[in-house]
Amino acid sequence: MQRRVTFDNRLLPYLLLAPQVAVTLVFFIWPAANAIWQSVHLQDAFGIRSEFVWFENFTNVLGDPNYLDTLKVTVVFSLAVTVLAMGLALLLAVLADSKIKGARAYKTLLIWPYALAPAVAAVLWMFIFNPDIGSFGRALRALGYDWDYRLNGGQALTMVIMAASWKQVSYNFIFFLAGLQAIPRSVMEAASIDGAGPVRRFWTITFPLLSPTTFFLLVVDMVYAFFETFGTIHALTQGGPGKATETLIFRVYQDGVVNNDLGGSSAQSVILMVIVIALTAVQFRFVERKVHYS
Amino acid sequence: MATVEIRNVRKSYGPVEAIKGIDIAIQDGEFLVLLGPSGCGKSTLLRMVAGLEGITGGEIAIGGRVVNHLDPKDRDIAMVFQNYALYPHMTVFDNMAYGLKIRGIPKAEIRARVDKAANILELGRFLDRRPSQLSGGQRQRVAMGRAIVREPAAFLFDEPLSNLDAKLRTQMRVEIKRLQDRLGITSLYVTHDQVEAMTLADRILVMNHGVAEQIGTPLEVYQRPASLFVAGFIGSPPMNVLDGRIDDRGEAVLLPGGQRLALPQARPTDAGRPVKLGIRPEHMAVAAQDFSGGFSIEVELVEALGADTVVYGRLPDGESLLVRMAGIPTVRERDRLTVAPQDGALHLFDAVTGRRME
Ligand SMILES: Nc1ncnc2c1ncn2[C@@H]1O[C@H](COP(=O)(O)OP(=O)(O)OP(=O)(O)O)[C@@H](O)[C@H]1O
Ligand SMILES: [Mg+2]
Repeated sequence: MQRRVTFDNRLLPYLLLAPQVAVTLVFFIWPAANAIWQSVHLQDAFGIRSEFVWFENFTNVLGDPNYLDTLKVTVVFSLAVTVLAMGLALLLAVLADSKIKGARAYKTLLIWPYALAPAVAAVLWMFIFNPDIGSFGRALRALGYDWDYRLNGGQALTMVIMAASWKQVSYNFIFFLAGLQAIPRSVMEAASIDGAGPVRRFWTITFPLLSPTTFFLLVVDMVYAFFETFGTIHALTQGGPGKATETLIFRVYQDGVVNNDLGGSSAQSVILMVIVIALTAVQFRFVERKVHYS
Repeated sequence: MATVEIRNVRKSYGPVEAIKGIDIAIQDGEFLVLLGPSGCGKSTLLRMVAGLEGITGGEIAIGGRVVNHLDPKDRDIAMVFQNYALYPHMTVFDNMAYGLKIRGIPKAEIRARVDKAANILELGRFLDRRPSQLSGGQRQRVAMGRAIVREPAAFLFDEPLSNLDAKLRTQMRVEIKRLQDRLGITSLYVTHDQVEAMTLADRILVMNHGVAEQIGTPLEVYQRPASLFVAGFIGSPPMNVLDGRIDDRGEAVLLPGGQRLALPQARPTDAGRPVKLGIRPEHMAVAAQDFSGGFSIEVELVEALGADTVVYGRLPDGESLLVRMAGIPTVRERDRLTVAPQDGALHLFDAVTGRRME
């Protein structure tokens, strides 16, 4: 049976909800509505007059071959970040969960990157990978490898993928570790007595029992890769060289703020919103079926 | 089918010694119960046999093969855990089939073995369910099923019934006994329940603080407890223990209250020695008021259990004495009674070491 809280004062519940509703209104509904409104209007350069243009902004955006390139970059980037961040976090969590020396220190260290602001993290990565001043970048060049992410698009994409994943590994790690620790030890012991070695135990017991965590992180990481990596890309490559690291979200900023094309930028935001909603819906519909909640 | 030999096995957790050298050879097909109070090291010993816990000293051999350094999967044992440890994401069928699949047994045979076990345990209707959709008793059966389909060299049980209610526990106890008789597989069974131990065991190993206090058949352990600890642990209500002294001629025990109980055999070598005298409550009977070889008690409390009655008495020197009588006797609180031990009811223990004096 569910417990129901009842209030004597009929206004009180609304009052208690108000701050949350206000935050959602001001920071989500209002800008989203604004974006939708702007996406069907064309504004002059000074933002004084605007004209209703139906879906012209959308057809312009979708008809632009550059936009499809950006979409491709985004797909590669998001998939790579999600897979890398989750895979690495899972590996580290499994290690931390087994009895190793210094497990505590190791766990704390792994959580630190999450506390770093994206820009700070990006500067860190620059100090490592910059071809002139970065330690690793200089080492690569010294070894004769032609490393310069400022010129080579593939290298730049690899670097932003690594930087973006690295930040998300901590978050995933915490959840995976908690998930692992929630699996009863005796279940693992029963499996080892039943004859399963460590690898088989992982794939037949641990991994399926972790599936709620994995699913949750999959959704979170996709959203992260789509939206929250803006800071990392902005600080590291500004979408360059060329447009090699320009993701959808970065382009929204580029077109809207830098190039002052508010209508086009808003249309892109709306498209982005639709993509993420669709992705999440698909994940809930198809992936969640395979998830075992105990 | 195999013997299990435990030779001078020790286990330390850092400076703490949990198992202090245990020796026992378990026969092929024997049912050995490890009995003892909480924290005495029963689970630790069992888990060492399973390979879930490292062995600090000594040797464990299963079927004549020393297994000290073998992984659990290579020891050919099956284990039933207290919390059942079923795989929550698998059906009952898959839970039971898991170990067989790993061993590469053909599908048809897996099916046959699981069906057979499910039949024995009356689980046929539940094969497609998940553990979360079963009652505690049913989960317990699945755990048993998972062990028996493997047809291992030995079964290990760690308090498998302690999560069940009293009635179900009795029922499962009988079922386990029947299964083991039928399958004849060597079993080690951990419990702190003496009724389980007495009814299931071929032999009982009574443990206390990591040592074996006594190893014997249930009747031996009951009739000739090797120490005060065993005497107090087995039997309900527990054995009465009184301080006493053997008289100067070695013919009787003198108690502080002035009673004198004749010994069945004279023990001249023990003359004058302080002892602990043990008498089971069920081995005393009401005697004539003026009988000299008994205890005079004042009744403090009467517990009528139906089939028998426990009388809580107080001796003149203030010690308490329990007497268990058959049926419903006409004893009231504050009555004065004389009770006398039956023939052969006296157990003598060394006052210092607590070991039995033969
Ligand atoms: N991992 C461990 N580290 C340190 N001490 C331990 C560890 N495991 C068990 N012990 C100690 O070893 C002793 C025996 O523990 P064990 O679990 O074998 O007891 P038990 O007889 O099974 O008790 P119970 O009936 O409560 O299950 C206990 O005193 C316990 O504190
Ligand atoms: Mg235990």
